[in-house]
Amino acid sequence: MALLQISEPGQSPVPHQRKLAVGIDLGTTHSLVAAMRSSVPEVLRDAQGRALLPSVVRYLPDGVIQVGFEARAQQAADSLNTIASVKRFMGRSLDEARREGVTYEFSDAADAVRLRTVQGDVTPVEVSSRILAALRERAEGVLGGELVGAVITVPAYFDDAQRQATRDAGRLAGLTVLRLLNEPTAAAIAYGLDHGAEGIYAVYDLGGGTFDISILKLSKGVFEVVATGGDTRLGGDDFDAAVVANVVDEATLQALGKGDRRVLQVAARAARETLSDAQTATFRAVLADGREIARDIGRGEFEAWAQPLVQRTLDRVARTLRDAALEGRQVKGVVMVGGATRMPLVQREVGRLFGTQPLTDLDPDQVVALGAALQANLLAGNPTPGEDWLLLDVTPLSLGLETMGGLVERVIPRNSTIPVARAQEFTTFKDGQTAMSIHVVQGERELVSDCRSLARFELRGIPPMVAGAARIRVTFQVDADGLLHVSAREQSTGVEAAVSVKPSYGLSDDDVAQMLAAGMANAGSDAQARALREQQVELGQLAESVRAALSADADLLSAEEQGAIDRCLARADQALAGQDIDALRQAAHELSQATDSFAARRMDRSIRAALSGKTLDELAK
Amino acid sequence: MASENYFQLFGLPSQYDIDAAALEATWRALAARVHPDRYATAGAAERRVAMQWASTINEAYRVLKSPLDRARYLCEQAGCDLQIESNTRMDGAFLMRQMEWREQLDEARDGGSLGDFDALQADIEASRARMAQDMARLLDQERNYAQAAGKVREWMFIEKFAQEVLDARHALTNRQH
Repeated sequence: MALLQISEPGQSPVPHQRKLAVGIDLGTTHSLVAAMRSSVPEVLRDAQGRALLPSVVRYLPDGVIQVGFEARAQQAADSLNTIASVKRFMGRSLDEARREGVTYEFSDAADAVRLRTVQGDVTPVEVSSRILAALRERAEGVLGGELVGAVITVPAYFDDAQRQATRDAGRLAGLTVLRLLNEPTAAAIAYGLDHGAEGIYAVYDLGGGTFDISILKLSKGVFEVVATGGDTRLGGDDFDAAVVANVVDEATLQALGKGDRRVLQVAARAARETLSDAQTATFRAVLADGREIARDIGRGEFEAWAQPLVQRTLDRVARTLRDAALEGRQVKGVVMVGGATRMPLVQREVGRLFGTQPLTDLDPDQVVALGAALQANLLAGNPTPGEDWLLLDVTPLSLGLETMGGLVERVIPRNSTIPVARAQEFTTFKDGQTAMSIHVVQGERELVSDCRSLARFELRGIPPMVAGAARIRVTFQVDADGLLHVSAREQSTGVEAAVSVKPSYGLSDDDVAQMLAAGMANAGSDAQARALREQQVELGQLAESVRAALSADADLLSAEEQGAIDRCLARADQALAGQDIDALRQAAHELSQATDSFAARRMDRSIRAALSGKTLDELAK
Repeated sequence: MASENYFQLFGLPSQYDIDAAALEATWRALAARVHPDRYATAGAAERRVAMQWASTINEAYRVLKSPLDRARYLCEQAGCDLQIESNTRMDGAFLMRQMEWREQLDEARDGGSLGDFDALQADIEASRARMAQDMARLLDQERNYAQAAGKVREWMFIEKFAQEVLDARHALTNRQH
């Protein structure tokens, strides 16, 4: 990664070289990868021509790991070692994962979720990274080169821990995650750019495991999310579960094993999908003990079972419209996303609520990946003649702190445009108090116990003062990925102590580094040679860009600073002359550190220049 | 890094009366310049600075767009301490008004009539409009920040109450569903 290159916004420093970047829809039931090909986004298919990759990973006793169709075919036969719908566990605590009521064995070793397989315990992040790695290989094969980065989509309603986990999975799969993009927003990009849409649009996204509703304002190339809402525990899988529940209830089946439950789920899904086109479907399943269940289900009957679930989504839609201060009829169009929106019942009910026929002309399974590919291409800096757009997304959930009495003090309300930074001042409660415990929560409720706990940390070293005299400023920063960083400092004395939030159930940077290192150690000599070459190229580019930056903006540096940078450059040249990968890494790390504040000052100067002296007319072009 | 006056940042005169359309158009233009998406492949330092600038611009827009927050911001910029925590002194007539509103809310809640809520919300809307007029006069013409600060505190009460009314109304409509 070139540290000091600043090019014009949206432009590549090397204009004619197209950088390969992909959009990945990491779904609960299946995943897709898409990329720009001859200036249109396209889903990349596997050797058999299939677009969807089932989000299923199977761990075999001999160390082999299967991903996709192969794994899914063995789901019922080898249910414990075959992990499906892992997205439901991302960023979740063990308790929460157990409540999902699924068929896996969890390890009790830690508070974090670990799934038991014949290859040992695996985390949801690791399982997801296998899916992502399979998609990366597919993309590199089809596109014929290495990827510079990927945009991975997440449900808009994902909280901080779920986003962190997704980002970690991407890194673990060897991807540079350019951005986490909300699924409905991705769909809006694909739809809006395709149709030149202007006005207020809604995206109704009912996936395999999650439901999202987003309201967007589209105008002159700006996609502004006005409000978003949803339910991370409601999706197509729940409709299948409703079918299973009714059939099982009726057949008075007892003592079902975990394998049987999976068999029934698969049968329910097949019946539900058939019912989207046909008036009746046959539910057919053979249980482990040889019992066979066959039963016809009529569409009307299924819709009666499904109605309460659809109603739950409609309630969320109504709340989100309220947040946006809009009425259903002000919405110009509703984009349907996710395979579950193929259900006629869903289309009918959504159409009734908005008073307009839902838009289904883009494949609801592909539209998210296509939008992500468009965004990835833009972020990678590939010039797209005549096409430039800006995405302004929001935080899905309010962020706050615990205060006296277990109450939540909201610092950033939901639906704030990101990136956003907001600070709040607090004070000490007791005389002479020198430490303060800071508890960060996410959610809309008044009580801490009803919200999701994101992190706890302590600010220490507060100088002893009378109660109420200390001024502790806590700053929340949400970046463009929707990830939160919290820091705290005592203001009145200038004593500073800042801590960044580590997600309660995520991986630390060290964990990820360790996992990546372990992967490298197992890789062959080819991979090591490739890593050496990459490191050489990276350091070479870095040194070159630092020299270019020095010749342009050396006035921003003091003599000492410049001296330190020069020394690092000399060491970089030395490392580049050798073949020692650790020395190269070390030199790159030192040079980055030595130039960090220089790079920040140059960037600040560049932004100030871009902002100043422009009248509104000039800015708006 | 980005610690400038929000009005200057947006190239707008530092006053209460604001051109809402110009504010929104400027926000979009500025956000387009500094959004981290424009620097997604740049180094960590560049991305950090872009994020800070984008955050500042979004925060500035939020403050300037909201009539109450804009008034607060102008008072603070003029060096006037709003004493939100410490000063609970309220104008007598305003206190009476508050009490009447509370009673009306209780009645609307108990009676379960949307009409009562409509009347209350129309009342709140009228108070907001009066507040906005007072602010324009106090801040832009008389530059009486101390008195404006008092009005800001009253207005904060109104907004808090407006939220309560909204919540009660939603609770009612949810029950009726």
